[in-house]
Amino acid sequence: MAGNNNSRTMRINLKVWRQQNEKVQGNLVDYTLDSVSPDMSFLEMFDVLNEQLVKKGEEPVAFAHDCREGICGSCAMVIDGEPHGPQTGTTTCQLHMRSFSDGDTIVVEPFRAKAFPVVKDLVTNRTALDRIQAAGGYVTVSTGNAPDGNAIPISKEIADLAMDAAACIQCGACVAACRNGSAMLFVSAKVSQLALLPQGQAERDRRVSRMVWQMDEEDFGSCTNMGSCAAACPKEIKVENIARINREYAHAMLFGRVSERVSDE
Amino acid sequence: MNLDSKIPSGHISEKWTNHQFESKLVNPANRRKFSVIVVGTGLAGASASASLAELGYNVKTLCIHDSPRRAHSIAAQGGINAAKNYQNDGDSVYRLFYDTIKGGDFRAREANVHRLAENSVKIIDHCVALGVPFAREYGGLLANRSFGGAQVSRTFYARGQTGQQLLLGAYSAMMRQVDAKKVELLNFREMLDLVLVDGKARGVICRNVLTGEIESHAADAVILATGGYGNVFYLSTNAKWSNATAIWRAHKRGAAFGNPCFTQIHPTCIPVSGDYQSKLTLMSESLRNDGRVWVPKNGTDARSPDLIPEDERDYYLERIYPSFGNLAPRDIASRAAKFVCDEGRGVGNTKLAVYLDFAAAIKRDGRPVIEGKYGNLFQMYEKITGENPYKVPMRIYPAVHYTMGGLWVDYNLQSTIPGLHVLGEANFSDHGANRLGASALMQGLSDGYFVIPTTLANYLGSTKLDKVDVSHQAFKDARAGVEQGISRMMNIKGGKTADELHRKLGKLMWDNCGMARNEQSLNKLLEEIPKLRDEFWNDLRIPGDAATLNQELERAGRVADFIELGELMARDALERRESCGGHFRTEFQTQDNEAQRDDEKFCHVAAWEYQGEGKAAKRNTEALNFEYVKLATRSYK
Repeated sequence: MAGNNNSRTMRINLKVWRQQNEKVQGNLVDYTLDSVSPDMSFLEMFDVLNEQLVKKGEEPVAFAHDCREGICGSCAMVIDGEPHGPQTGTTTCQLHMRSFSDGDTIVVEPFRAKAFPVVKDLVTNRTALDRIQAAGGYVTVSTGNAPDGNAIPISKEIADLAMDAAACIQCGACVAACRNGSAMLFVSAKVSQLALLPQGQAERDRRVSRMVWQMDEEDFGSCTNMGSCAAACPKEIKVENIARINREYAHAMLFGRVSERVSDE
Repeated sequence: MNLDSKIPSGHISEKWTNHQFESKLVNPANRRKFSVIVVGTGLAGASASASLAELGYNVKTLCIHDSPRRAHSIAAQGGINAAKNYQNDGDSVYRLFYDTIKGGDFRAREANVHRLAENSVKIIDHCVALGVPFAREYGGLLANRSFGGAQVSRTFYARGQTGQQLLLGAYSAMMRQVDAKKVELLNFREMLDLVLVDGKARGVICRNVLTGEIESHAADAVILATGGYGNVFYLSTNAKWSNATAIWRAHKRGAAFGNPCFTQIHPTCIPVSGDYQSKLTLMSESLRNDGRVWVPKNGTDARSPDLIPEDERDYYLERIYPSFGNLAPRDIASRAAKFVCDEGRGVGNTKLAVYLDFAAAIKRDGRPVIEGKYGNLFQMYEKITGENPYKVPMRIYPAVHYTMGGLWVDYNLQSTIPGLHVLGEANFSDHGANRLGASALMQGLSDGYFVIPTTLANYLGSTKLDKVDVSHQAFKDARAGVEQGISRMMNIKGGKTADELHRKLGKLMWDNCGMARNEQSLNKLLEEIPKLRDEFWNDLRIPGDAATLNQELERAGRVADFIELGELMARDALERRESCGGHFRTEFQTQDNEAQRDDEKFCHVAAWEYQGEGKAAKRNTEALNFEYVKLATRSYK
């Protein structure tokens, strides 16, 4: 209960990945924090650690974060081997220390994947995901020429399924969890959202092929249907989306007039 | 200072149409000769980047994150207003305009607000076309819900993630233009100065946060869409990276700052739990559709909420504001929560919380219905507090959420610097002294999709712009200034962290310029802030190197600007000797504790002009004329 556990604090041992930049070797460094409140978020614990490091004149641990509400997709830590830690359906920022016990040792590493080079400590560069979005994750409609919002009825069931897929926050946990470093769950979520909706039909073949090809251009691995991506997803994006993208891709290859590779020129 | 609002002539319902016709155009072949820099990729920045690139302009878009989709618009929960009247409940463009003017306590421009209400309708259509999965009824048509300050149901939503879905729509439109090479996306860039050539905005200086490199970028016009400055208070519902640096540095280059003291305190946030607290989390206002706000009648009642019988509870919003009840506007609901807590009737350990109770709604509609509407919010609440809101009432308390103030802009969204346009929360324009729920998303998208394409063309088509590139002396000087500023901070080598100083600023601001202010508290603040500024410049510590990713350096630069802005907010709050909307001066209240405006003296916008380092800013005013809505005491009773 918030505000009611302040009297009980915990001692937490951390093993944190420190790496100065992409080019040098990194290693795990030990830190101990003595009075961690169970009501703290995991990132607030890192704030406390960093405050101590700065005071000692040491460099704080670099980590990505922003909204701290589980929606921006910035935060990305592998905690005891699991992207975003032990709690299902939870981003790192929404994980609270009440999920751990006094005296625990916690290992914290960056999201590791060939396509996500380490920038510093726990920060990686995930811009490959944006390039996949740019390749086809949209409906081609310019501002100003839309029909009335109610001109296209969409059944509640379909709208809900599209919304389930659209909940992806592009954090990359699916990639970090995958032994192949595949971005298939991420790509399938966007493809599914737009493939389900009538607005996305006109360019469904072009979309799926361009996004899949762009994924291949980046350093992502192939999908072997292990499902660890969906287990790690903080937004619980379902593995069914991967079945849907496979159907979409097959459709594009069989029926689509897709002669283009990644570039349209 | 010239504060010409450039409001078009004609009847209010024709002003925008007339203005679109009268504005200069740039022909399609010539658009590719113009370049525009957009700073920020939230709803306003992403939609502006997309719509300008679609028209053929060359757009350079800067964002501080790895991906433009991380911008804080993503966290908006409840919804977006539009005057569609799909519910047949009497809504209209004029009613949305009226509600917004009244909700803003008569401190916004009528013409701007009417344009916003007109555009609201087109926003929904465009977002649907982009594939935004709005909530639907079983018949397949769009669903609506109610929000505070309105008696009609006009809020469109995508579960509790409306901001996310609208931002992803704008982001996808922008990424299509990135793919088409009409938008050059510069991620990991933080804008640190605005560059003026011959008095016009012609570019920016920014830092690549990964490499520390200082870069110069030139263009024919600059658009700032960098959001609000609620993080002056340290604890707010804003994201940790949300900051005022871009607008503040533009202010120091000559852009007037409008109504800096107008801050929105949102009534339904999860209360503070400890000193380590890094941010506050909002619980969407939409929850007040079904949740009932109450405290025990007796402040000493320490029983758990389910054991307190109905007749010993005070549903104070329903009692004081029977016609709006739990959906009273945000400023009013926040103040009411503060009053009951000040009376000692708050709940929880800190006694700084009130209950938001869903028991009646769950009993009436069943848990599945409530879960369908608010499932993700209930889940988020449980993750943060460890309590199950299906069983125990939520505990909520007001927190800083939005800033109505921002850079002053005219009807064209141009600041007092020619060529510098400001969109979304970063400007001061449409919400007066209090923003109604579900209106921020509307404004960001209206500005970006539908206003700036017209008004930027008007600027480019009617202004003589010489060729300027980054070799111009103005860029060299600005760049040198930025580099000096960074090395000055790096070399202080004191003992305090940026966060530590920021927390101190936040507490000063909250205690003295928060939900209630008065002459005494504001004068105290004006004494304390200069001391804090000295402390910052003498005792800051930034470890590491400026030529790499250095998050402490980024933070410190933002805190330095927050300190200066905090001082301006205090000055503005002190000079505005009235209460209006979110600005509540305890000296100016009615007998039943409502805000008391002074329309004789303060029916104007205060636009502050920077006068140089260490000098007090100058207060200019733009009179507000109400031709259509009659100035009245705002009542929700």
